[in-house]
Amino acid sequence: MNLTGGQMVCESLIREGVDVIFGLPGGAILPLYQTLPEYPQLRHILVRHEQGAAHAADGYARVTGRPGVAWATSGPGATNLVTGIASAQMDSVPMVVITGQVSRAAIGSDAFQETDTTGITLPITKHNYLIMDPAEIPQAIHEAFHIANSGRPGPVLVDIPKDVFQEKGVFEYPNKIDLPGYKPTLGGHASQIKKAAKLISESQRPVILAGHGIIFSEAYDELKELAEKAQIPVITTLLGISSFPDDHLLCVGMPGMHGMAYASLAIEEADLLIALGMRFDDRITGKRSAFALGSRKIHIDIDPSEIGKNIPVDVPIVGDLKSVLTKLNKHIEPATHVGWLQRIEDLKSKHPSMNIRDTDKLLPQYIIQQLSEATDGNAYVVTGVGQHQMWAAQHYVYKEPRSFVTSGGSGAMGYEVPGAMGVQVGKPDKVVWSVAGDGGFQMTMAELATMVENNIPVKFAIINNNYLGMVRQWQEFFYQKNYVATSYTHNPDFVKLAEAFGMLGIRVTDKTQVRSAIEKAMDYDGPALIDFVVEEEENVFPMIPAGQTIHDLIEEPAPEKAMRQ
Amino acid sequence: MNMNKISTRTISALVQDKPGVLNRVSSMFRRRGFNIASLAVGHSEMPNLSRMTFVVEGGDQVVEQVTKHLHKLIDVIKVSDISEDNVVSRELALIRVKSNVQNRSEIMQVVDIFRANIVDVAPESLIIEVTGDGNKIESLQDLLKGFGILEVMRTGTIAMNRGLESRQDNDNSRRQTASWGEASSV
Ligand SMILES: Cc1ncc(C[n+]2csc(CCOP(=O)(O)OP(=O)(O)O)c2C)c(N)n1
Ligand SMILES: [Mg+2]
Repeated sequence: MNLTGGQMVCESLIREGVDVIFGLPGGAILPLYQTLPEYPQLRHILVRHEQGAAHAADGYARVTGRPGVAWATSGPGATNLVTGIASAQMDSVPMVVITGQVSRAAIGSDAFQETDTTGITLPITKHNYLIMDPAEIPQAIHEAFHIANSGRPGPVLVDIPKDVFQEKGVFEYPNKIDLPGYKPTLGGHASQIKKAAKLISESQRPVILAGHGIIFSEAYDELKELAEKAQIPVITTLLGISSFPDDHLLCVGMPGMHGMAYASLAIEEADLLIALGMRFDDRITGKRSAFALGSRKIHIDIDPSEIGKNIPVDVPIVGDLKSVLTKLNKHIEPATHVGWLQRIEDLKSKHPSMNIRDTDKLLPQYIIQQLSEATDGNAYVVTGVGQHQMWAAQHYVYKEPRSFVTSGGSGAMGYEVPGAMGVQVGKPDKVVWSVAGDGGFQMTMAELATMVENNIPVKFAIINNNYLGMVRQWQEFFYQKNYVATSYTHNPDFVKLAEAFGMLGIRVTDKTQVRSAIEKAMDYDGPALIDFVVEEEENVFPMIPAGQTIHDLIEEPAPEKAMRQ
Repeated sequence: MNMNKISTRTISALVQDKPGVLNRVSSMFRRRGFNIASLAVGHSEMPNLSRMTFVVEGGDQVVEQVTKHLHKLIDVIKVSDISEDNVVSRELALIRVKSNVQNRSEIMQVVDIFRANIVDVAPESLIIEVTGDGNKIESLQDLLKGFGILEVMRTGTIAMNRGLESRQDNDNSRRQTASWGEASSV
């Protein structure tokens, strides 16, 4: 088949099972756009800003498990994607990004809208390609999808010059992958697995730390089997939330900086940590040299470079969690750990991190709890970054795998709007709530127009504290309440804004209106927004300040303790 | 953070001979804060594959991370830590020293002892070519200091196992198995 480069891209995407692309055109990618009408199977969603395209592709991928696709033109189009690509790389999200580039002859001449896209994205992609011949397109795209969604997933970028889109070549879709330098280990080492089983049977106080890897590997049942068979409490990292049902008896919740005090304490008291698809991020460990000193560690991860990177490990296993846990479970002896589970219950009652202050004021925590009840824990919740993100992680009871979606490693404010758009496109039949910060929402709110245009019915709960709240909290605790550049004194009227975009807008200022507003937004056929005007200086508790230990835990609104250090 | 004492280690990598590979590798070293004492790149015996030899500064934990992160790059095919093997390691250096008619023969004696060569003679300077391991080159440099070194250029170390049984291409996984399971890229 003789096709243009642009046609080859479309043919290749169809063969990879792509059904939706988020993008925005420009000169260098225009020849690709002009072939799109020939391929009605490819749904293109025209965004308002390329960052939106990247985050939307990321959200789509996180909830479907299939690589999200975003594309943009050269230069500023490509650089606008960068935040979204970096966030996907940090959270191991499979994505294929295509960028237009200036024509081959112009490369290196500082031509109009030329940027070194492969250079810029080299450290924030799993791999990238610069295509110099249309005949390379099918192989590169086939490899890109394979690399993006195998092993430890991640974003892959393919940069294609304008004249390569236009030139014709022979299209032959490869049916095999030949990457001698890329052969992820999946199975896990048999003797290491036996060693792990032995450690588990010897332990008195084991805990599981379940991370994003459980979700990528879809090892939910295997995790549950391990936990139930040996009665091991399960702690979920921020990105591991929803890998294990929050309402399960063995679920202990999130540990770390803003985690449940009892989860952090359980880690401290445990004699064995079973770390599954997580990477001992500093928000979990705090001061590394003081982290969980009393326990041995089993670390199972598909990426060997994560093992031993932050925390020394006793039994490392490289492999895919579904396969490794299936094997491990065969060696696991049933156990009860009655005393240990009782101890955790005691910790929970002594440190009730989930309690919400009794007050008539409109508290963000209460809103999340109401949202959880109103949706019966079955909605998909997408967040921005900041206080509202932590409250959404803490107070919503997640029941469905993949239903908590957040920019964790990168912490990209602004994710809440386009991220939620991608999630809704990936899960058209589900209720999708974006729990947004007033700050982050304004970074990407242009995508509301995209949602109205394409009838993408995301519901927004803006936790409007008129502050860059999380930063304000740090200023309150660590900089003597010196609130520099964190207050928004002239936020827009979000209800009018919603109406201007053609959405339903509701304002809630009182506790009693919360539930009915949530119901009204969900009953509305289309995107809707609730502006929750909340207590402005509410803080997120518990808190272990950055770089500190479990002994520095702040559980109650008594910031003097923190301010002293 | 790392309690291991600082030492240097030699790592060899077989890589795809594609544009940008050197950039990928050096970018990874920079980003992760690994220190490279030297880096040498050239074609291998196989078409489209190159070999890179790194001399890396750091303890065991650092070297383990370097090896793993190198392996994680899609274009890197094999990685071997050959520091403790029975290896031949060589480096080439060109050294320009000040010299005049009076001291030329004295310099030539030093050059002979080191089995180095004089490859250019000018009225006021000489260029000496020397091959050997890093220590040998440094010793020669020390001896030449007295005459006045004008310029030094070194290629960086390349290294190869002795004997026929070349372990460079297959040992990475085996070496590491003991400590963390199988090798792989991700
Ligand atoms: C793009 C970006 N810029 C800056 C930050 C630093 N930052 C972290 S949380 C935060 C405040 C977020 O404010 P808002 O979205 O209103 O959420 P809140 O904390 O008030 O719930 C800021 C500025 C960030 N994470 N991302
Ligand atoms: Mg705010």
